[in-house]
Amino acid sequence: MSKRIDVSDLNIYYGDFLAVEGVSMAIEPRSVTAFIGPSGCGKSTFLRSLNRMHEVIPGARVEGKVVMDGQDLYGSDIDPVDVRRTVGMVFQRPNPFPTMSIAENVLAGARLNSKRMRKSEADDLVESSLQGANLWNEVKDRLDRPGAGLSGGQQQRLCIARAIAVKPQVLLMDEPCSALDPISTLAIEDLIQKLKSDYTIVIVTHNMQQASRVSDMTAFFNIAGTGKPGKLIEMSDTASIFSNPSQKATEDYVSGRFG
Amino acid sequence: MTQLTTPPRPAVGLGTTRHLPAWAPYAALAVSAAFSGAVLALAGFNTAGWLVLTAVVFTVLLVSASRAVEGPRKATDRFVTSLVVGAFLLALIPLVSVAWTVVSNGAARFDVEFFTYSMRGIVGEGGGAAHAIAGTLIITAITTVISVPIGILTAVYLVEYGRGSVARTITFLVDVMTGIPSIVAGLFSVALFTLLLGPGVRLGIMGSVALCVLMIPVVVRSTEEILRLVPHELREASYALGVPKWRTVVKVVLRTSVAGIGTGVTLAIARVIGETAPLLVTLGVTSAINYNPFDGRMSTLPTFAWFSYATPTLPVEASIDRAWTAALVLVILVMLFNLIARIVSRAFSPKTR
Ligand SMILES: Nc1ncnc2c1ncn2[C@@H]1O[C@H](COP(=O)(O)OP(=O)(O)O)[C@@H](O)[C@H]1O
Ligand SMILES: [Mg+2]
Repeated sequence: MSKRIDVSDLNIYYGDFLAVEGVSMAIEPRSVTAFIGPSGCGKSTFLRSLNRMHEVIPGARVEGKVVMDGQDLYGSDIDPVDVRRTVGMVFQRPNPFPTMSIAENVLAGARLNSKRMRKSEADDLVESSLQGANLWNEVKDRLDRPGAGLSGGQQQRLCIARAIAVKPQVLLMDEPCSALDPISTLAIEDLIQKLKSDYTIVIVTHNMQQASRVSDMTAFFNIAGTGKPGKLIEMSDTASIFSNPSQKATEDYVSGRFG
Repeated sequence: MTQLTTPPRPAVGLGTTRHLPAWAPYAALAVSAAFSGAVLALAGFNTAGWLVLTAVVFTVLLVSASRAVEGPRKATDRFVTSLVVGAFLLALIPLVSVAWTVVSNGAARFDVEFFTYSMRGIVGEGGGAAHAIAGTLIITAITTVISVPIGILTAVYLVEYGRGSVARTITFLVDVMTGIPSIVAGLFSVALFTLLLGPGVRLGIMGSVALCVLMIPVVVRSTEEILRLVPHELREASYALGVPKWRTVVKVVLRTSVAGIGTGVTLAIARVIGETAPLLVTLGVTSAINYNPFDGRMSTLPTFAWFSYATPTLPVEASIDRAWTAALVLVILVMLFNLIARIVSRAFSPKTR
């Protein structure tokens, strides 16, 4: 159900601007990989290149390889739409569809693709996805209310439910808690722990404690200066990144002397 | 090492602000109305002068009282409030005046006969505008059916797909079309159909084509504005679920903005439904009902009103009354469209509870 991703020599551009340079890494299945680093070092950009969301921006392009299950996601025969069905994404700001109810939001992946589904099947999918996102108990009595009426933390879990309802192999999360209060943040961190048994999870976070709490592997990105490309400085298991990193820059960053 | 001394802070007293009593503006209004009335009574009374003088005296009175009691900030607030209310009332005058004139003059012939009879064979009193009402509805419907898809698709192209010189050219052409005077649109249609069918033809569809030239840019512009308001995050949310771009455009972008697009289309309809000049040159005028836009002349409410007014038959009052009632029916039609659009857009607009 979850897959391994191998990235080799990835350069990511916005037009002529090289935003991320020469990244190679392996992302293990059934684990949580955290990306940390100062603002603007290209964490979001790199994350978005893992499900081909990067190229949605006009002029944006990618060089290099992202291999999942032996297939290069940037191969000429690969449809980006299929990639995004396999590699789901949760954004920084919760973005439920404002015209849809809670249940419709969960079913959005199927409904927007006009997939036919029996009523009982749809009800089961809504329930299992909301259960999976730890939201079912809070909303089971108001599934037909608008999704935009929930609190921020609930909306973010609704977005996670929406993402897992299309049954992806990998789940990418770009600072999923940065717009949330501490209690909602804990709810999402618990959820990540639970989801990792089924999915490969990659999470960008600004919060060092969060990275050390939820992740198995941590990758530190850095940037030499404005206008310079971001680079992967080091990647290792979370414990060693936080206790004895091999690079000076990593040590400065995780000990708070930087950024 | 320099010694930092903080200057003693002035005590910030919240003070006790004095207020004018709530009835002060009304009292000021009454006083200034009476005063202006008295002044004008000496110089010869007229209503417009009285209203203007009252407004000026009222503003001066209230602002100076406020300045004395409440201080300059509050006084400025009262001054600007008076200006804004004055501007609002000024803007209301033509609206109320038009509504009142149309209703009071149009009421005389606002009867069943007006809606059921055409003017065929009618000289003098009686008769109705059934032919013009039918014409207006048919011409407007055809115009809408042609313009709305073209306009919306153009806007979708410009917002979602268009890049570079093609999009810039289209935007420029839409701008140019927005500025075309309506009679020129009518003449364009006449020229076009003269080339196709020879000179002297007058058809309903010609009028629709002329109105399309006027309506399409309005629809493009308003739809474009609305589509640009749809947050980019919603499109990305949809892409991230593995939804192709065209489905995202149809089911997320257009679905989210359908209420706003509806409002824009209604305004565009209101804009063309009252056109007269381009329809006179393309449709001509007729006194009989013609349901076929591909055959022969048609009448619409604005051309009917104009024709009744410009070429009255005896007794003249009957023709003039019919013209006013046609205007009244036109206003009611536009209001009905607005109402329907409101209800529809309320049903479709995003909700939070
Ligand atoms: N849409 C965009 N167009 C052009 N440049 C961008 C865009 N988004 C991000 N960038 C640039 O790419 C670099 C990396 O940004 P980002 O990936 O958002 O950093 P992070 O998520 O680590 O804070 C920054 O220099 C930023 O200015
Ligand atoms: Mg970011």
